[in-house]
Amino acid sequence: MAVDSYKYLPRSFREGYEALPMQADTPVWSPLRVPVEQASIALLTSAGLYLKDSQPAFDTDRERANPQWGDPTYRLIPRDARQEQFAAAHLHLNPHDVLEDFNVALPLRAFGELDAEGRIGRLADEHYSFMGYQERSLAEWREQYAPDVVRRLEHAGVHALVLAPA
Amino acid sequence: MPVLARQIEAAGIATVIVTMMPDTAEKFRLSRIVGVEFPFGHAFGMPHDRAMQRMVAEAAVRLLGEATEPGSRVDLDIAWPVDDRTAYRDWQPAEPSPIVAYNLARGRPGNA
Repeated sequence: MAVDSYKYLPRSFREGYEALPMQADTPVWSPLRVPVEQASIALLTSAGLYLKDSQPAFDTDRERANPQWGDPTYRLIPRDARQEQFAAAHLHLNPHDVLEDFNVALPLRAFGELDAEGRIGRLADEHYSFMGYQERSLAEWREQYAPDVVRRLEHAGVHALVLAPA
Repeated sequence: MPVLARQIEAAGIATVIVTMMPDTAEKFRLSRIVGVEFPFGHAFGMPHDRAMQRMVAEAAVRLLGEATEPGSRVDLDIAWPVDDRTAYRDWQPAEPSPIVAYNLARGRPGNA
C-alpha cells in the first residue's frame, strides 16, 4: 500500500506540493551506531505542544500580526510529562485531539513501553516540541535551533531521533 | 521539518521521520521515512488508540534498526477509522490560519 501524501492536504495546496521539485541534490545518512535494542531515542514533534505551567506558549500573536512568520523556538518536554500539563499553540491545526491525548503527536507512552520491554535501549529524558509553521527561509532553524538540538542530543548521548511533523 | 531532519542526520544522529507526506520527505532525500495516511496532527494515530500508536512507533523503531541506505521508506497500511470528509474537516483549525487568510484576501491559494 502506498500512502497518498495529499489525501488530507487542503485542496488548494495539493497542486503546489505535487509539483514540488527535488529539494536536495544529495541524500543524508548517519548509520545507527548501536543496535536499536541499545539505542537511546528521543522524539521531536511540530505540533506546538508546551507545558502550560512552566513554559511560554509559542508566539501566535506575532504570527497573527505577520502571517509569513512562525515562532522558530522549541520547548523541552520531559519523558514523564502528563496530559494535564500540556497546552498547544499552533494556528494551522485543530488542537482538540492532541489535547485529548498528546501521544498522537509525541508518543512518549508507546516508546516508554518499547523501553520497558527492551526493544529500544532507552527513551531519552528530554524531547523536543516545535511549532511547525515557519517563515520560508527557515533561517533561525538552520542557524540556531537545529544546531542547538544537535548539541543537546549529543550531550544526552542520544543515538536516534524520531521526528513527527504535525 | 525535513530541513531539521537533514541537518540533524548530517550532524551524525540517525533520524526517522513519521509523516503524512512521505512523497515530500523523499523530495528532501531524507534517510528513513515512515508514511502514514492519517490527518495532519496525528502522526501516531487516533487519541487513546494505544494499539495504533504502538504500531506506528514499532514501525519507526524497526526502520531505525533495519535501514541500510538513505531513502528507506515504509508506508503503513493502517486505515483511518473516520470517514474522509469528517477527518478532512476535523484536523483543520476552526478559523483559517493567518497565512491562509492573508492569501485568500489577495486571491492567492497556497501556503507561504
